[in-house]
Amino acid sequence: MIPGTSSPRRAAGRYRVAIIGGGPSGFYAAEALLRSERSIDVDVFERLPVPYGLVRFGVAPDHPKLKQVTRVFDRIAEMPGFRFFGAVDIGKDVSMTALRSCYHAVVLATGAPVSRLMDVPGEGIPGSHRAGDFVAWYNGHPDFRDRQFDFNTERAVIIGNGNVALDVARILAKTVDELRHTDIAAHAFDALAESRIRHVYLVGRRGPEQTRFAVKELQEFAELADCDPVVDLSHYPELSSGPGPDSEAGAALALLQEFSMRPIAKRRRCVFLFGLAPLGIEGDGRVQRMLFGPLQERPRAAARTSLSLDCGLVFSSIGRRAAPISGIPYDETRGIHANIGGRLATSGSVLPGLYVCGWGKRGPQGTIGTNRACSVETVTNVLTDLPQLDEPPRHPDRLFAATSIRRYVDYPGWGRIDAEEVARGGAKGKPREKLVTVEELFAAADGGVAC
Amino acid sequence: MPYVVTDLCTGCRYTECVSVCPVECFHIDDAMTYIDPQNCIDCGGCVPVCPVGAIKAAHKLPPEKTEWIEINRRRAAETPVVTGKLPPLPGADERKAIILR
Repeated sequence: MIPGTSSPRRAAGRYRVAIIGGGPSGFYAAEALLRSERSIDVDVFERLPVPYGLVRFGVAPDHPKLKQVTRVFDRIAEMPGFRFFGAVDIGKDVSMTALRSCYHAVVLATGAPVSRLMDVPGEGIPGSHRAGDFVAWYNGHPDFRDRQFDFNTERAVIIGNGNVALDVARILAKTVDELRHTDIAAHAFDALAESRIRHVYLVGRRGPEQTRFAVKELQEFAELADCDPVVDLSHYPELSSGPGPDSEAGAALALLQEFSMRPIAKRRRCVFLFGLAPLGIEGDGRVQRMLFGPLQERPRAAARTSLSLDCGLVFSSIGRRAAPISGIPYDETRGIHANIGGRLATSGSVLPGLYVCGWGKRGPQGTIGTNRACSVETVTNVLTDLPQLDEPPRHPDRLFAATSIRRYVDYPGWGRIDAEEVARGGAKGKPREKLVTVEELFAAADGGVAC
Repeated sequence: MPYVVTDLCTGCRYTECVSVCPVECFHIDDAMTYIDPQNCIDCGGCVPVCPVGAIKAAHKLPPEKTEWIEINRRRAAETPVVTGKLPPLPGADERKAIILR
């Protein structure tokens, strides 16, 4: 929509809070602010034209039930005082300084978008990818739609023992029929339909008792149409006594032990390997093999002394960091915006009016709902601080009059995008066919159809 | 396949589950919490945070516990939603120590 045409002027005497990032933690922060006793107007600024963050661009297409959480976000968006500004990039379209001059408080909910690197020779040669890029690609993220992944290979290696690694392995291991009726991006479905991948290797540095797999997601490997999980725990005889039942890692180990005793009957295999440190990626012009060695710091935990895996694709999934922002304190060790309970802080002293929630606050862990408790904690501190914070000298309408925001997508605009995607998907037996370019998204938001 | 709160919750009611539920599908009475199967999105986030392991996937319940699927459905319809963490019931920690022994 065109700025300034329909946004009502903010009521005087109310607090104004800007949230940067329209993913789960941003929505939950908005909810906590709007549910409070204080009179607060909340503006959510999202870099992309569409809301939901990693629920749209992270959650795997074959996990549709999880995406029903968006109904909660839509309910939050209907709360009085909520406004959504999609396709407004704070730091680019609007400076942080300009934004701060219009709001009592600013909450960063920008997540942890930067993939950690393995830092081994050969990382980055064609065929070597960051798992997060692949996830964004198959989920139709506009910034990643032009990425190329070559599935004309029989073996793929995934480095990491978390749930993103499981997602990548599962999407590679599934048949076209298992993906056909999901909301996977059309370009990804077409490419994966031609995949020759038969073996997927999931390789972790640590032992099988120290994974960060969610048991529920690991369990899905027992139920794939044409792929068996393969686990060899013979290097870990000391685990045979059985784990404690009270931890997720212990329950995951029990399931891995169950997998290790299953017969192998299907055509594709997902092989779980543990205790191996990545040493390098080799190949003449593209990935041909990956080399592993024992962990230096814990040689006894290593499964083998060394290993060379022939493969044509490598995905690293070893964690993510928040993207450093100029003027915002950053904790290099943890890869988060330095904070105390969600108040941004440098060397122990807080920066008034600046807050963080979600993965940028606590690192990339937890389920979607973990962000609710996380955002509630941050907002509790915002609410405590609000009466002491300076009255902002400017009004948010100034942002649209005086800056480079020429257009944005509001929540009704997102509703039109949503309807268009659902209609396009219906014709193909998919819950939705995502629009994958910013121009298409704007066209749908404006009520037209891109050509 | 929703998740189900079982009788292990009775008398503890720690409500860690409530604080991590993304869809506020937990209901509560004086004794324990219940999951509304209509709203649960199967994220499973509540399972590992329960201090006494009271929450299970419906399809993984042992036969003697399957009645809790219906009890959750019925009690969720009869009781209010709880939106935030509450203090545990008196004696919860002692009870937990016995359960986890």
